[in-house]
Amino acid sequence: MDNIFVYCEIEDGHVAEVSLELLSKGRFLADRLKCRLEAVVLGNGLKGVEKQVFPFGADVIHIADDKRLTPYQTLPHASIVSGLFRQEKPCIGLFGATSVGRDLAPRIASALKCGLTADCTALEIGDHTESKTGKEYKDLLYQIRPAFGGNIIATIINPETRPQLATVREGVMKKEVYSDGHQGEVKLLDADKWLGDSDFIVNIIERHIEKRKVNIKNAGVIVAGGYGVGSKENFRLLYDLAGVLGGEVAGSRAAVDGGFIEHERQVGQTGVTVRPKLYIACGISGQIQHRAGMDQSAIIISINNDPEAPINQIADYTIIGDLTEIIPKMIKYYQKNTK
Amino acid sequence: MKGFKIIVLAKQVPDTRNVGKDAMKADGTVNRAALSAIFNPEDLNALELALRIKDNNEGTTVTVLTMGPGRAAEIIREAMYRGADNGYLLTDRKFAGSDTLATSYALSLAVKKLEPFDLVIAGRQAIDGDTAQVGPQVAEKLGLPQVTYAEEIMSVSRGKITVKRRLERGVETVEAPMPLVVTVHSSAPECRPRHAKHTIKFKHARTLGELQDTSEDYLQLRKDRPYLLIEEWGVGDVGADVAQLGLSGSPTKVRKIENVVFTGRESKVLTADDNSLEGLMKELIDNHTLG
Repeated sequence: MDNIFVYCEIEDGHVAEVSLELLSKGRFLADRLKCRLEAVVLGNGLKGVEKQVFPFGADVIHIADDKRLTPYQTLPHASIVSGLFRQEKPCIGLFGATSVGRDLAPRIASALKCGLTADCTALEIGDHTESKTGKEYKDLLYQIRPAFGGNIIATIINPETRPQLATVREGVMKKEVYSDGHQGEVKLLDADKWLGDSDFIVNIIERHIEKRKVNIKNAGVIVAGGYGVGSKENFRLLYDLAGVLGGEVAGSRAAVDGGFIEHERQVGQTGVTVRPKLYIACGISGQIQHRAGMDQSAIIISINNDPEAPINQIADYTIIGDLTEIIPKMIKYYQKNTK
Repeated sequence: MKGFKIIVLAKQVPDTRNVGKDAMKADGTVNRAALSAIFNPEDLNALELALRIKDNNEGTTVTVLTMGPGRAAEIIREAMYRGADNGYLLTDRKFAGSDTLATSYALSLAVKKLEPFDLVIAGRQAIDGDTAQVGPQVAEKLGLPQVTYAEEIMSVSRGKITVKRRLERGVETVEAPMPLVVTVHSSAPECRPRHAKHTIKFKHARTLGELQDTSEDYLQLRKDRPYLLIEEWGVGDVGADVAQLGLSGSPTKVRKIENVVFTGRESKVLTADDNSLEGLMKELIDNHTLG
């Protein structure tokens, strides 16, 4: 009871990055709350999977190994996780904000009638006093996320209901090995006690999972463009600069919505979170949803013709001017000085 | 019975994508009045998929269900202009402040009241919260399967639907029994524009609340054309337990709202001249940020 559970997604037989990141965060929270960290892994051919999660600090791994559980389907996974949560009564349940986690977590929240917060950008433990009643709550999970188009940052709590559920996007939490020698307990689930024929009424008839082609997450240098870049043609300049610097090109949501760049390259709350060595923001105003996805970058350069653009306030260098003039010069002087 | 009975769940949202300078009040809170209210974009994609089923299956009806304040009737009319047959507005002060769980509870009761149906279809998420939770939560409360992130409905036949889903890393085609809940991804086809014939037909569609507020006198018109009535349902109409609604029925509470304050780092401001830019690139190379 009262432990922290992390639902771990399996991709090609491996625990997904986002799940390992959540285990790292879960370990931190579990130490704070002095409780155990438990992983839940559902799939097929999972022999030895515990070796992937124990180094990240899991004390227990619950495994359901059944060929019907791969690939992921909503109903069987929801039945098992809901059943397990009813039995184990966790205090916190964490899911990746992926196409799997965002499909699964709300189903579980509805079944258990508990609160769920999507796309958290930070998770903390803290107390709360209800202003009306004066009732005090100890050690709640603060679920922090931008809301209302990024104009506000809300701290959400679930004072009364358990588990406190949250989803977090890939890259938001930092993956850290807790201890290579950390060992835990393996618990094999008897999934059949929660599964019924009605969980298998949806059939996957075809799927082709394409490996992610672009990987802006691991890029050391990112050249990102916003709506202010102005056109798809101007985005070519960003590709030129990224090519020379050995980086990747990314965009804000406004640039994606404007059709300048594809969604896989979107940085921000509803895109990818990145923390490169260098982030060059071109024509990006810097709404909080965007900043949530890049403000951990080591060095930020903002190129903007608006001196008042909010992004300039988190930039280490702000270059005021026209990017069609500035970018070619940056390429020129980079090439001149690396030789 | 011919055709299918489809319920589209839609939401009127503040247009958070076009936040202007007057969007924040002097005290730092969001000025909702300054944001225009729009049809949630992915709900329009959902409406389009529903209308395509109607195009190809005679006798299909498309009903729009929305929850919100009185003005949300605007999106029901908008849907009618584009081809929806009728709509229901779930409106009651007791719904105010509902989180996704309480909202899905209210919506699921309203959907049940519209039984029998073949398909409940909604946008994946609304742009004011981006949670993508209400669709799956409604499905769970109805005890129905869900197919999320739909991009295309490949086929519909009696009791069975085939849907192409857009996932992060590819696509998946699933076959599911009806009734079910489908949520629609923004990569689905854009919604068709208003149709002149429908716009003329439904121009005077109103809720009772709107008639009272605006002193419009359409009573005779509505007697002749009952389809002009947009029904309003309150807590009592759907038989909701008030304890599961609004702020008190919502497990999530907002502890704190912070306005976005931009904390400045020490920042160097450069101009676009050659000397500054060469200096910058040298500095980045020298401190090993580049190269």
